[in-house]
Amino acid sequence: MSVKKKFKGLSDKAVGWLFIGPTVLLLLAINIYPLVYAIKMSFTNFYANKIGREPQFVGLKNYIKVLNKEAIWEKMQVTASFMFWTLLLQAIIGLGLALLLNRKFKGNELLTTLIVLPMMLSPAVVGVFWTYLYNPQVGLFNYVVNFFYDLGSFDMIGSSTLAPWAIVIVDTWMWTPFTMLICLAGLRSVPNYLYEAAEVDRASKWQQFIYITLPSVLPFLLLALLFRGIENFKMFDMVVELTSGGPGSATELASINLKREAFEKWKTGYSSAFAVILFVTIFGFGNVYVKVMNKIKER
Amino acid sequence: MKKIMILLFVSLFSFSVNSNAKSITLGWAAWDPANALQELTKEFTAETGIEVNFEFVPWPNFADRMLNELNNKGKTFDLLIGDSQWIGAGAVYGHYVKLNDFFDKEGISMSDFSPATVYAYSTWPKGSKNYYALPAMGDALAWAYRKDWFDRPELKSEFKKKHGYDLGVPANWNQLHDMCKFFQGREIDGQKRYGAAINTERGSEGITMGVTAAMYAWGMEYENPNKPYDMEGYFNSPQAVEAVEFYRKLYEDCAPPGHSDAYMVANLDAYKSGQVAFQMNWYAFWPGVSKEDSDGRVSGFFANPKQNVAAATLGGQGISVVKYSDKQDLALEYIKWFARPDVQQKWWDLGGYSCHNDVLNSPSFPTSTVYAQGFLDSMGIVKDFWQEPTFVELMLPMQEAIHDYVVNGKGTAKEALDKIIEEWVEVFEADGKL
Repeated sequence: MSVKKKFKGLSDKAVGWLFIGPTVLLLLAINIYPLVYAIKMSFTNFYANKIGREPQFVGLKNYIKVLNKEAIWEKMQVTASFMFWTLLLQAIIGLGLALLLNRKFKGNELLTTLIVLPMMLSPAVVGVFWTYLYNPQVGLFNYVVNFFYDLGSFDMIGSSTLAPWAIVIVDTWMWTPFTMLICLAGLRSVPNYLYEAAEVDRASKWQQFIYITLPSVLPFLLLALLFRGIENFKMFDMVVELTSGGPGSATELASINLKREAFEKWKTGYSSAFAVILFVTIFGFGNVYVKVMNKIKER
Repeated sequence: MKKIMILLFVSLFSFSVNSNAKSITLGWAAWDPANALQELTKEFTAETGIEVNFEFVPWPNFADRMLNELNNKGKTFDLLIGDSQWIGAGAVYGHYVKLNDFFDKEGISMSDFSPATVYAYSTWPKGSKNYYALPAMGDALAWAYRKDWFDRPELKSEFKKKHGYDLGVPANWNQLHDMCKFFQGREIDGQKRYGAAINTERGSEGITMGVTAAMYAWGMEYENPNKPYDMEGYFNSPQAVEAVEFYRKLYEDCAPPGHSDAYMVANLDAYKSGQVAFQMNWYAFWPGVSKEDSDGRVSGFFANPKQNVAAATLGGQGISVVKYSDKQDLALEYIKWFARPDVQQKWWDLGGYSCHNDVLNSPSFPTSTVYAQGFLDSMGIVKDFWQEPTFVELMLPMQEAIHDYVVNGKGTAKEALDKIIEEWVEVFEADGKL
């Protein structure tokens, strides 16, 4: 039976709903319903592990508590610092690698494949094996650093000064290839005639980069950073495996703290409020960012 | 053909019903004693025909996995060997079956078990006659040391010259520090060695279990004995502060490099690989350490040293029947079998730590292994963390604050303890205890 015959008698709109219906239902069940439920819970003193204890409405108490808690702001600072450095490094290194790989040379494809390998690994696995690499006694990281500059034994994940850098380095190592790939796609979409025209106008390589390459690749780079920003805002697995949020709370990102509040301390109402605040924050930033990105594209 | 298919289906169905009806699942942590229990349980299956399936969860995920299962009223486990601190939640939230009637019916008397273990692993409210578990695995935090290094004449004389007393089992925490520091960075047999592998783990309970070994020895109490949940001046007493400061000193002066997030296995690895002179760990690991040292020349063991008082951090677990199990009768049959003195003796022989008086009071027990006397000594002085239903909520702030102070070097010990009290007050208030 042909598709046309099968849907005979149904309007275009109905066929459209038939196609998107299952997706909408799934979305409602696994995204929208939990979100609405979490918002509802955020106004209660619900503890999911206290069986038989009915949640009571507490108004905005959980929100006030979250926003007034000094420890939460410390976690937000840790998260902001992690995001800032990872995005900055991934933008610079990713764009640099993309520019390199955009040139034609022998072994280009092999090198591209090798560079993208880290992002294909599981973050938990990456976290575990970097703990070995960072080990001050037998780890390769110490050895390599000391090979270039003798610092002696230093503990990347046991020091509160170095641990935040330890997670930045691992995330940059793992996800720079992603930024690079998106930038590479952008670079390959720049028409050659623009460079030819620039050559005719006797523009230098630097001027070609500033006035042709960068504006063309910028929307792609910003898109990559948007994805990475959202991902890193909710970063959890790699950091938990690497540092458990320590030493102390030096690398305890907001998402790790949220998990501890929600599923270890079981403060469901309080952690729902925290989750809603995080959601609004990332949603708000995301929207502003997309608007800025669109304006850049329009230029 | 049709008949054959029906026959096959019926036989398959009956096999499945049969196997379901005669099998139970036991959940525990994945460690050496669990393997010993698996071995022991073969006799139970041979006697009763009941198959026992085991699900052993690695320690870092053990509490998460099991408590989630209980909170979700899961039916995965019929029997659970849960940590001592879970007993409050198990009883209050109705996760565990109350065993009093069963014990009475089967003639199982709690007076047959070591009082400290009954108190810690079985009762809720603490010290009451309400039993929710049978003491299954006695345990406490203790120490192992490199006896072979301690026996070297040149090291012995150098130590005596420096400190004025013999290198040996430390009589108190100050001596422990002296000895650990003595080995820190020392080259022995061409390799650099370190002082002690102590608990510093951040994620679950590691650093709390470690630091409380010192705090108990300094005489810390969690609360005012006459006014429950009044912690000010007790948990943050000058002695408690001193103990936490001392633990940081021990970490800074004596831990091997990179030992900033270490617990059971990491301590064991550091010791077995010859990095450290001392390791802090649970008695549960000593059979394994001892097995690799058949003539007893390499390793020695001792109970937690005293400082102001003799005390040790309690470990260990009781075995409970899960309320949501459909096979409670079979699970109870297992407990009845496990409580038998002959089974308890085999449990100890295989490397489990029996809590049964017949085993512990046997004249041959103290000399049955090199660590048996230490185990007896420790079980007489154990102290445990809060066993409240909210114990996880109480554990996490302590983990964070102590790790922040000891490993991260942030703030002072007093500030860390004050911060913990602040968080604990909030937890007790939310729980209606304050």
